[in-house]
Amino acid sequence: MSAVTRTAPAPRPAGGIGKSVRDSLVIARRNLIRMSRIPEMVLFGLIQPVMFVVLFTYVFGGSIQVGGSLSSQDYREFLMAGIFAQTVTFATAGAGAGIADDMHKGLIDRFRSLPMARGAVLTGRTVADLVQTALTLVVLALVALLIGWRTHENVGKILAGFALLLLLGYAFSWIGALIGLSVRTPEAATSGGLIWLFPLTFISNAFVDSNNLPTFFRHIAEWNPFSTTVQACRELFGNLPPGFKTPDAWPMQHPVLASVLWSILILVVFRTLAVRKYRSAAA
Amino acid sequence: MSGAIYAEGLVKTFGDVKALDGVDLDVPEATVLGLLGPNGAGKTTAVRCLTTLLTPDSGKAFVAGIDVLKHPNEVRRSIGLSGQFAAVDEYLTGRENLQMVGQLYEMRAKEAKERAGELLERFHLADAADRPSKTYSGGMRRRLDLAAALVVSPPVMFMDEPTTGLDPRNRQQLWEVIQELVAGGTTLLLTTQYLEEADHLAHDICVVDHGRVIARGTADQLKAQIGGERVEVVVHEPDHITTAVEVLTGFGKGEATVDRHTRKLTVPVTGGAKLLAEVIRELDTRGIEIDDIGLRRPTLDDVFISLTGHLAEVKDEENGANGANGDSDAKGAAAAKDKHKKEAAP
Ligand SMILES: Nc1ncnc2c1ncn2[C@@H]1O[C@H](COP(=O)(O)OP(=O)(O)OP(=O)(O)O)[C@@H](O)[C@H]1O
Ligand SMILES: [Mg+2]
Repeated sequence: MSAVTRTAPAPRPAGGIGKSVRDSLVIARRNLIRMSRIPEMVLFGLIQPVMFVVLFTYVFGGSIQVGGSLSSQDYREFLMAGIFAQTVTFATAGAGAGIADDMHKGLIDRFRSLPMARGAVLTGRTVADLVQTALTLVVLALVALLIGWRTHENVGKILAGFALLLLLGYAFSWIGALIGLSVRTPEAATSGGLIWLFPLTFISNAFVDSNNLPTFFRHIAEWNPFSTTVQACRELFGNLPPGFKTPDAWPMQHPVLASVLWSILILVVFRTLAVRKYRSAAA
Repeated sequence: MSGAIYAEGLVKTFGDVKALDGVDLDVPEATVLGLLGPNGAGKTTAVRCLTTLLTPDSGKAFVAGIDVLKHPNEVRRSIGLSGQFAAVDEYLTGRENLQMVGQLYEMRAKEAKERAGELLERFHLADAADRPSKTYSGGMRRRLDLAAALVVSPPVMFMDEPTTGLDPRNRQQLWEVIQELVAGGTTLLLTTQYLEEADHLAHDICVVDHGRVIARGTADQLKAQIGGERVEVVVHEPDHITTAVEVLTGFGKGEATVDRHTRKLTVPVTGGAKLLAEVIRELDTRGIEIDDIGLRRPTLDDVFISLTGHLAEVKDEENGANGANGDSDAKGAAAAKDKHKKEAAP
């Protein structure tokens, strides 16, 4: 038989979750291959958080009071959950830029003309970014250990903490995706994807004890989904400084549950919006 | 009721540009429709509407019997698309690109891999198969894109200027591929600016301009529409052009068109070889030395000029001369424009 024409492949059971998962994995694989061929991007993604760890630890350590303690070892341990959370959220700007880039390449026409599950292009992208984020977290945790970060709980809890971080990062990557779909260039997606992260991460408990904030900011910080995950990780890692007073706000009292709820809520809302946006884009 | 590709009254506007202004198409199964038109005619927009990439403002479209507007995802199962610009992932190798497409068409990984190998062979990309497609030349990328469109041999194919950027050998090979596909029952809509290509490949041709179909029919029908043969003369001395025009006008059915640059004169005639002999004698009597003379059937270029008032790829007569395919060139077109103010066709 000629190589051009061929009998149609026996179609697999069409539609449904299975198809959606398979398509997403195909696209995720494509994005991971791309990442492996542009290693400098992965590298820069690693350098930035490492720099934050070093700068915060050595510049601010000792001058920021957490709980009742001014010890730089206590701050170091306190800080690390904040840096981890910041790392997973800042990675979302990259997801947005990648999607904006894809949307303006001819390849998106190929995807849109194929019988693909509707969210697969976006899901594949966010999943690939999640893998990259996980890798970054591993490296970051090793650096943190090197400069003196220690955990004081069992392995299960520590892994649970990292799982919460990844869930938060995954949920936020859909906000990045929505931004990426709403702008015209990858550059705009990067800056648009970063802007909202600064207030989000700084009006929080990530770098300071939120008890020390002015009342107005303190309330924001205590309900901030980002703070919730940070607080949850501090509990799970055993990194709360001696004399730390847990705020009365509900999410701070139940940080693990609150973190899961926040992340799922963000995930569902922004995934829905992003998939809808993707389908209507350029039509 | 209708062919494998069917469209009725397609309209698409971008701002105040009417890219499609009521396009009707009907392509019978296992035939090729050539959509022919100059830059900005609306060819790509038509292809994008039919392949679910764009939603038309109004009109109906059916592909493989499926309503494009109502069931886009079912349509996607039945079509292959090779767009105007190669849609491949430049960081993936050729093989990875094709495998990815196969898997998205619901092939199993192993099957997708085999198919990728076959297509890479067929499109002469086997040597470059495991290099990122970023390193491919333009023509190689184009071929990879075409291969991607053929991964599942869908019943209906769309190719937007498939041979643009291909060298003559690869173009010829693509023509063979297309003929093979159609022989196997595939229905194909292809757009082109190469009139020769539409003539060669397409069963039916639609000439589009400004979002409208201005003529349709087989190549022969279109040619018949603008009458019989042409006598074409290349005179040796530029000074002889004026006299030669006089002679030709005397024999011709219409005015002669002149291209001063190549010293080529063309005039529509009736009377065939006998008339040609008379023309030669008369030119000889008048002492006009000629480099070349011949009788030719009208080309689609002539059709295009008479229908749209300009050559397919040259809108501006000043910067002509590089018409991708032409017997006539820009100045000839300009001359033709003045006399064929004929209104659009059937
Ligand atoms: N996304 C868009 N936004 C605005 N205008 C558009 C868009 N797409 C196409 N157009 C306009 O619609 C008209 C038809 O464009 P189209 O791409 O269909 O032409 P074409 O026949 O494919 O031309 P070419 O031979 O140059 O590829 C042009 O005037 C073009 O500027
Ligand atoms: Mg086009």
